Amino acid sequence: MVTYHPGVDDDRVFRALADPTRRHLLDRLFERDGRTLTELESELEMTRFGVMKHLRVLEDAGLVVTRREGREKHHFLNPVPIRLIHDRWIDKYTEHRVAALADLKSELEEAG
Amino acid sequence: MTTMTAQATQVYSIFIRATAEQVWDAITNPEFTQKYFYGSRIESSFQPGAPYLGLSGDRSETLVDGEVLEASPPSKLVTTWRALYDPDTAKEPHTRVSWEIQPAGDGIVQLTVVHDGLEDAPKTAESVAGGWSYVLSGLKTVLETGAPLAG
Repeated sequence: MVTYHPGVDDDRVFRALADPTRRHLLDRLFERDGRTLTELESELEMTRFGVMKHLRVLEDAGLVVTRREGREKHHFLNPVPIRLIHDRWIDKYTEHRVAALADLKSELEEAG
Repeated sequence: MTTMTAQATQVYSIFIRATAEQVWDAITNPEFTQKYFYGSRIESSFQPGAPYLGLSGDRSETLVDGEVLEASPPSKLVTTWRALYDPDTAKEPHTRVSWEIQPAGDGIVQLTVVHDGLEDAPKTAESVAGGWSYVLSGLKTVLETGAPLAG
């Protein structure tokens, strides 16, 4: 199904994930979820505006969901779009091959 | 690979091509939940104070128990939640699950699940962390294609 609705568009998710800063932000939220902009900003060598811009892209892709608690806005990692991409792209074509390659990589790296 | 630490609040959100009423039915009708919720039947009268139970397909086992805190069809359901399917999570206190259904235009709704109160339930937090993505992805598939999930 082709759709361009925000949050249901695979392209947005792939584009959002195609940037190292945005992946870094997701990793930070994976470690500890529900952070404020100030907390996220303190860990990045980037202006507040820059971090906001990246968070907006992640939010538009549905990868980050914000919730207000009082005056504070908390950012949560939403893993569901990644799950959908996994179901759509990984399961269907390549799971066994990817698993074999991942095993090979870890075996080689452990051996080295 | 960083390991997941238990989070006090977890948020999961998905866009579904369906009406709010269809999504409400999908989360409150046991025949429907059985198609995507690990085969479990969600049974409740959905009145505040009523029990909220997740039963095995043959109803012989209670997998999840809780109580309805708020039910505002078709937009919001809040229940307490304790996972009994694992002896470790069964020992933990009840947590809280909120389902929010919001129209998002163009025949699409946004379903958001907030699982909180997990501060004193680290095993539950760990156990549900991957599970909600699976459940919501399955719910979307069943609603949009009508097909029950394999396995």
